Amino acid sequence: MTSTQVPTDRIFGARVKRVEDPRFITGRGLFTDDIKLPGTLYASFVRSPHAHARITDVDTTQARATAGVRAVYTGKDLSALGPIPPGWLLPEINIPEHRALAIDHVCHVGEAVAVVIADSPYRARDAADQVVVSYDELPAVADAMKARAAGAPQIHSNAAGNICFRWSIGDREKTDAAIRSAPRVVRQRLVNQRLIPNAIEPRASLASYNPATDELTLYVTSQNPHVHRLIMGAFVLAMPEHKFRVISPDVGGGFGSKIFIYPEEVVVSWASKTLGLSIKWTAERRESFVTDSHGRDHVSDVEMAFDDGGHVLGLRVRTVANVGAYLTLFGPCIPTYLYGTVLNGAYKFPTIHCEVEAVITNTTPVDAYRGAGRPESTYLLERTMDIAAHEMGIDPAELRRRNFIERGQFPYQTPVALVYDSGNYAPALNRALDMAGYEAFRAEQAAARKQGRYLGIGISSYIEACGIAPSQVVGSLGAQAGLWESATVRLHPTGKVSVFTGSQTQGQGHETTFTQLAADALGVPMSDVEVVHGDTGRIPFGMGTYGSRSLAVGGSAIHTAIEKIKDKAKTLAAHLLEASPDDMEYANGRAYVRGSPDKGKSLPEICLAAYLAHRMPAGMEPGLEATSFYDPSNFTFPFGTHIAIVEVDIATGQTTIRRYIAVDDVGRVINPMIVEGQLHGGIAQGTAQALWEAAVYDDNGQLLTGSLMDYGPPKADQLPMFETDRTETPTPMNPLGAKGVGEAGTIASTPAVANAVLDALSPFGIRHLDIPLTPARVWQAVQDARARGGR
Amino acid sequence: MRISVRVNGAVGEHEVEPRLLLVHYLRDVLGLTGTHVGCDTSQCGACLVVMDGVSVKSCTVLAVQADGSEIVTIEGLARGNQLHPLQKGFWEEHGLQCGFCTPGMIIAAYDLLRENPDPDEATIRARLEGNLCRCTGYHNIVKAVQSAARMLAASGKAPAPSSADRPRSTAGV
Repeated sequence: MTSTQVPTDRIFGARVKRVEDPRFITGRGLFTDDIKLPGTLYASFVRSPHAHARITDVDTTQARATAGVRAVYTGKDLSALGPIPPGWLLPEINIPEHRALAIDHVCHVGEAVAVVIADSPYRARDAADQVVVSYDELPAVADAMKARAAGAPQIHSNAAGNICFRWSIGDREKTDAAIRSAPRVVRQRLVNQRLIPNAIEPRASLASYNPATDELTLYVTSQNPHVHRLIMGAFVLAMPEHKFRVISPDVGGGFGSKIFIYPEEVVVSWASKTLGLSIKWTAERRESFVTDSHGRDHVSDVEMAFDDGGHVLGLRVRTVANVGAYLTLFGPCIPTYLYGTVLNGAYKFPTIHCEVEAVITNTTPVDAYRGAGRPESTYLLERTMDIAAHEMGIDPAELRRRNFIERGQFPYQTPVALVYDSGNYAPALNRALDMAGYEAFRAEQAAARKQGRYLGIGISSYIEACGIAPSQVVGSLGAQAGLWESATVRLHPTGKVSVFTGSQTQGQGHETTFTQLAADALGVPMSDVEVVHGDTGRIPFGMGTYGSRSLAVGGSAIHTAIEKIKDKAKTLAAHLLEASPDDMEYANGRAYVRGSPDKGKSLPEICLAAYLAHRMPAGMEPGLEATSFYDPSNFTFPFGTHIAIVEVDIATGQTTIRRYIAVDDVGRVINPMIVEGQLHGGIAQGTAQALWEAAVYDDNGQLLTGSLMDYGPPKADQLPMFETDRTETPTPMNPLGAKGVGEAGTIASTPAVANAVLDALSPFGIRHLDIPLTPARVWQAVQDARARGGR
Repeated sequence: MRISVRVNGAVGEHEVEPRLLLVHYLRDVLGLTGTHVGCDTSQCGACLVVMDGVSVKSCTVLAVQADGSEIVTIEGLARGNQLHPLQKGFWEEHGLQCGFCTPGMIIAAYDLLRENPDPDEATIRARLEGNLCRCTGYHNIVKAVQSAARMLAASGKAPAPSSADRPRSTAGV
């Protein structure tokens, strides 16, 4: 394959084919399960079939006698290990003890109870079936509203009433007063259903202990390998970091589900060290469904107050968040700081108050899922805005426009702690309405209704908060880590460039975007740059990829490191040219005397000089590399408007998406192709929440949607082509002006699609339906409406 | 049981357990890890390979069923460094992000284009219904298949590589 050639003046901003693709399209990607080490053994886990039970006995006799079995371990064997801790604490929080293997108490279906290590995956699975676990079943509760009610089964002894924590933000008295005195208050209960991320690559881990060096190497499907090493090493395994290397090779999608430090990763690491052998585990999809962290699962009561002119006066939100059976890495942060702080949306709310009660249930633990808190708040706001528009007889686009924070009001202090650095919301809305042909659509809609066809249009004007930061602030709010990012940029003696980043791609195209960034900044061809990520042995440190942070934070770290290199290159070139460093400029891969481009040194010349070190300025060290730990001063705040146009077949309840329009402002863009791709995928996932996907538990805590068929992730024939456009308002918060795009599609699309369906159903007098708006739910609602006399 | 399978043009003979799945034969015995396992229930399509001219989900075929057959995997599509038009199409149209579903998607599209060299969007979407992608929203996958169809039409060639130029058969599936 040849390197990518760029036909534009600047690589920054160019639609460049991805440099990582050749290996994937030829079958040469390297995912964790693809790695083979000599003598590897295979792990298979014995899991609880019950949602809640006491373990009375684990009999491993038969399993140990099964052909090919090397070891069988139970929770008691691992009792010396620390529990897996959450990564975010709140002042008053009840933390259930989360053991890698349950010792005497299981709290959700799929919780690991024992592990079999055998010489083949098939034999490990055979033997796992021979482990006999005796349980005393306990009453279970999967629904958070039921779990917090009096008389509910008590799950963990240290969380009375199953309350994990209570949290609030905003001004309660002011908000109560605003709502009491408002001419109009729109009230609605909204369910934001539980979702299962379902990255197509199942989680996997391969641990390899080397007794000769006392080093453990763990290959794992991780969005944050350094965080894996830190938490597993320091808290769970008591493994010194300098003897523990975590490698996250190609990762086949994450969407938040590969952030957490999972029990299986702990167990194979421990077993590898215990046996002195390499051990691999790869999830089967049925295991993914019950063990990968889930997302969302809120029930919220919202009250939005307006004056007679349709201007917002206040917002009161009471949310019950289901955190599952245990706390995950970001579990406590998602329904609080990533949710309550974003409830202001794009609007001028004078006051907001939000209370959250986090409830423990007998379900799979909840962690980040694409958007993590922000889809929940955006759905709540944008769905309520549409209900309000219909109730007040104001056009939904006009209601939003009337309440937008205006261009001249930035930086804007919201009533829920955040300060928005920049924004310009109306142009994105107007552009989306233009693309949709809004007025013409309303005419078409009216005509269609006369023919018994139900078309709907849904608007969602969102803001996002990306790259949660700065570290000092998140630390004061409970984060047990900093949220900066590191980069090392190394120039080799020939002028070739290695970029080591702490960001970790799961498909976002970092190798391309960061290569473009570095090639542009250094003025070298993209083929001269390599991007290295996902290996604690090669990268100084990294906080990983989640929260749409990689370009705004990780990219800024690369930029900052390159600035340091350019400074040194200019100083060294000045010395070689006998010029003053103050007179030097760097551009197009050369350091030269300002005004005399001919009097300069090329980057390869400077690199060679830096490594030869024959003629260095006094005090300058040889070599040419720099490291930056970049800590942003604030979040970034992308925004935009998405519009869905749907047709609902009243006879079947089936919704067809006729058009989907997205106008986003993610700041400056390095590769528009990748940005559009991120939006497409996000829109698909958010649309799926609106129409199809739901994790459904029965009253015994059994997951009813435990396969790809039952859960229903969208297929190609369920989605349209997406129409995308952008406005560009650079953020002043980082040197790139880039804000982040990984989650925008998911955040915006769920309410856009839900609003469109409810708009289509408005002739039936249907005010609201909870998502997912499946054919069954829509059909039933139409039948009920007809029984009530609507149409 | 002893099986003999021609994979990407090379014949291999191996002793395998009767229960060994074809996908594990390809991945673990032959080391062809381009074919992926995304589920174990025939729903995601990441494990698609061409077997005797027809695409099969190799997680649902036993290796012994493949005895005597001819298989093409993602590793066998390119001719040396010359990418197959579908591989080019996926690259040029950003038809992949994480790359995990990609081999299966390309094989599914390969099967489609051989039957229908000029499919419309609805046909492409319908034929990719057995393959899940969680990253792209399918938008650029559809464009990639369209792009490959145009390339194939321009070259006047059928999409099959040399090692799969055999009559269609469903024997053993």
